[in-house]
Amino acid sequence: MPLFYFQHDLTWLTNTAVWLKGPIERGLNLVMDMFVANFSWAFGAISWLLSWPLTELQGMLQWLPWSVTLVAFTLVGFAAAGCRLAIFTAASLFYMVATGYWQESMNTLALVGVAAPLAAGVGFGMGVLGYRSGVARRVLIVCLDLMQTVPAFSYLVPLLLLFGFGPVVGLIASAIYACPPMVRNVMHGLASVPSALVESGEMSGATRWQSFWWVRVPAALPQIMVGVNQTIMATLSMVIIASVIGGFNDIGWEVLSTMRKAQFGQSLMSGMVIALMAMILDRISAGFASHVRSTVNTPTVSRSNALAASALLLLALFAASMLFPAMRQWPSEWRVYPAAQINDFLSYTVSRYGWVFAEIKQIVNFCILLPLKIGWLRLFDATGYTISPVNQAAYWVAVLCAMLLASFAWKGRGAVLVALVAAACFFGLTNIPWPVLFMVVGVAAWQAGGVGTAGFSLAGMSFILMTGLWGPAMLSLYLCAAAVALSFVVGGALGALAASNDRFSAFIRPVNDTLQTIPQFVYLIPVIFLFQVGDFSALIAIVAFSIVPMIRYTEHGIRSIDHEISEAAIGMGCSTLQKRFQIDLPIASPAIMLGLNQTIMYALSMLVIAALVGTRDLGQSVYIALTNADTGAALTTGFSIAIIGMVADRIIQAWAKKRQRQLGLQEIRSA
Amino acid sequence: MTYFLDDQIGSAKDRKVKLSCRNIWKCYGPMDSGIYQMRDTPERASAVAALRSSGCVPAAIDVSFDVHAGEIFVIMGLSGSGKSTVIRCLSRLVEPSYGEILFDGEDLLEASPKRLIEIRRRRMGMVFQSFGLLPHLTVLENVAFPLRVQGVDRQRRESRASEMIELVGLKGRECAFPAQLSGGQQQRVGIARSLAVEPELWFLDEPFSALDPLIRRQMQNEFLRLQTLLKKTIVFITHDFLEAIRLADRIAIMKDGQIIQIGSAAEIVLKPANDYVREFTRDVPLAHVLTVADVIEPYRGHLQATQSCGADMSLLDAMPSFAGNLEGFAVTNSSGAIVGEITASKVLTIFAESQERTR
Repeated sequence: MPLFYFQHDLTWLTNTAVWLKGPIERGLNLVMDMFVANFSWAFGAISWLLSWPLTELQGMLQWLPWSVTLVAFTLVGFAAAGCRLAIFTAASLFYMVATGYWQESMNTLALVGVAAPLAAGVGFGMGVLGYRSGVARRVLIVCLDLMQTVPAFSYLVPLLLLFGFGPVVGLIASAIYACPPMVRNVMHGLASVPSALVESGEMSGATRWQSFWWVRVPAALPQIMVGVNQTIMATLSMVIIASVIGGFNDIGWEVLSTMRKAQFGQSLMSGMVIALMAMILDRISAGFASHVRSTVNTPTVSRSNALAASALLLLALFAASMLFPAMRQWPSEWRVYPAAQINDFLSYTVSRYGWVFAEIKQIVNFCILLPLKIGWLRLFDATGYTISPVNQAAYWVAVLCAMLLASFAWKGRGAVLVALVAAACFFGLTNIPWPVLFMVVGVAAWQAGGVGTAGFSLAGMSFILMTGLWGPAMLSLYLCAAAVALSFVVGGALGALAASNDRFSAFIRPVNDTLQTIPQFVYLIPVIFLFQVGDFSALIAIVAFSIVPMIRYTEHGIRSIDHEISEAAIGMGCSTLQKRFQIDLPIASPAIMLGLNQTIMYALSMLVIAALVGTRDLGQSVYIALTNADTGAALTTGFSIAIIGMVADRIIQAWAKKRQRQLGLQEIRSA
Repeated sequence: MTYFLDDQIGSAKDRKVKLSCRNIWKCYGPMDSGIYQMRDTPERASAVAALRSSGCVPAAIDVSFDVHAGEIFVIMGLSGSGKSTVIRCLSRLVEPSYGEILFDGEDLLEASPKRLIEIRRRRMGMVFQSFGLLPHLTVLENVAFPLRVQGVDRQRRESRASEMIELVGLKGRECAFPAQLSGGQQQRVGIARSLAVEPELWFLDEPFSALDPLIRRQMQNEFLRLQTLLKKTIVFITHDFLEAIRLADRIAIMKDGQIIQIGSAAEIVLKPANDYVREFTRDVPLAHVLTVADVIEPYRGHLQATQSCGADMSLLDAMPSFAGNLEGFAVTNSSGAIVGEITASKVLTIFAESQERTR
């Protein structure tokens, strides 16, 4: 504790080793330059190879009359999941037509259409490799962790340098970002095919080839299709993010540019296109995936008839659209574009009720965000008050009382937790001297996962310290901690509610689905409009995006508690609250912790996107590096974010595993 | 005592050996191969114990037995006794660490991968406890799968598969998917599939253990019916001793990777090799186990009533002949000649001795 009071003289404790920042970044840049100089021909070739199908697909989608494309997608939607999806698909595509975003939408679709098969194909190959060889699997898992935690902005820079300016960069970035779920699902699917199935194939005398392609792959197909679905969604999300490099006139670019110009009506309308496209792609691919799972047999005759009928219908439409140009290209005078009206309405609402949002923002800022960021001590200093020593003493006495209470309720660890939170709020997270944080994290990691986890955590934190990113990293930590804490409390409560209330559960499930399918980008639009730029807006965007896994895992954890345990608790006369806090939550805690883990990951990935609304943390550093095309800075910052994520991940996973073993529960997979 | 009935017994032991399993070992984990040469001595027992404590898992220890053509050979043991490992060693789904497996005199452990695939394709069939049906194929396609693997054209393999489906009584469900069938029906598909290639050797790994008791009994009858039609050479795994005595010509009892006793049901019940086997057989109703061959005596010429019996008919089924002939009855063979007699005193003596031993 005394360290805090002396830190004015010991600035090296919070403002660290900048002397290492230079060499590492310069080194990385040097390597990059050499790479570009020597191998640019190879990357040029790849770029050419990939741009060919992209331009072809783009050309075709632009050439096809909108009516044909719309009906084709509607038919696909019907085949995937029946009437409701067909109607939804038709309505969504019509929205794109009517609002005049057809061209941009089709460009984005072309990007997805090339990137998703690429990611799925590469992912399948790597998954098979990982399944075949243990060494490859271990290497792959580390790579996958990096691919999923290093923010895309930071590898956009080297990709730009290697492949040159253009849509191919977005394509490759999407493939990198989107193939991990495919790899994971393929590895898991192939490995978990029941052994009796494989043995029955072998006993039928299948060769290795037959056994793999006729038995193992079909049996793993449901899991593989889950991977395909996740890959498509990740691709779309990334295609939108990658539009920051511009130049392809896609819908992501439209959103970004209108958002920068503060044209909320326009950005809301184009953001809607992204959300709709995400939902269509998700429902269609999920629909086909569940077909594979249920293996309901449709007679092949009627299927081929349906195909022929669809083809005829599309041909007829094509012919008709040659006669009626309106069916080919939506006339611009028919365009429904109420952006101006939306803007008017929004500014009216804000002028009328803006004070509500402002108040909320102020309350959260002063009660949660600022104390966490700079601490009560500084906060009062800044506003002109000083906290008298008596008051400071009173605060610590109160903290001591809370610690005592906590130690009764949750033993020693509870007291330590209270002390840490109290200290963080008093001094501010960003002012924590690094040795203290090293110690806290090191001990936590050692407790949860032993020496290996502790070593990994300390090494990772040393990297951040030595690259001179400690300051922004602490800002990230603070923002992330606030968002995760908020998600944890609110999401946990919602999840617990959903677990006990079927109607609420049925209500929240589609909400969760939607929140999870919408690309991260879109979250910023309403947030920035209601709360302007700043930490609070970032907080809201992060919470909105990262709360979903918390709700899901909590509900799942509580719902999957053995019925007999619940019945025993009721039989012993537990009240509802007693049951919830003394039975449900402790038993569900491993699942809840995995939800927390996912929430942290989601929060970190959103952090970088949230940099667009003006935070000043690592996310912003990545973004600045991107605009400066500075490979070294982009990569070190990206790795720092990845490290924060991976340290949190390792500690929580280790803890959850330990706890699950203690409780004798089956392992819950976090996909 | 069976010489009276030789023409009927068709004793399995007289037929030629189809499959011979010699000194098979299977150990998981690193170990010293010197142990394979050791005879069954206390030294070996302590060496195996040492292996276990060092983290090695000896799943099959010096397992030897012969299976004769047309015989139902049952391997019985509790979970973890190594029975599943042994049956997988026989087909080399699991690679044995040491030993020989002679199939019609050919050592399977020497077979090249190509030869092994050939043998599995044409001459072996296997039924699995958890069915092992391919979820993405229909019943018809599942049954036809072994033929498809061989490259048989669609029409021929499907007509063969239809025959098999009819044989197991599933006609009409050809187009269903496995998930749409009950457990018993799924296992019928598994049986049909394993028979599709007309194998000489038929392996069944706890085929009925996952089924309800009633269905299990029904399937056992079905299995016996099929065997009277097909006369395969069968290795059957079970953990259920009653199932073993119902189905088996001979039974091998396994414990901790070793075979403890091999014999007919009656031999095992009447002369258990050790306390472990005795414990198993304690609750077995003797009348189920004993066959006519176990209680028959030379005909002494004064018993009047006659009854035609096969040698492997269970005593329970022969019991009704005692009605009205409390002293005993004469036994005839299928051509009507008297071959011996069964007396109440002999039956009672065996029952009493057996009870005496288990007390």
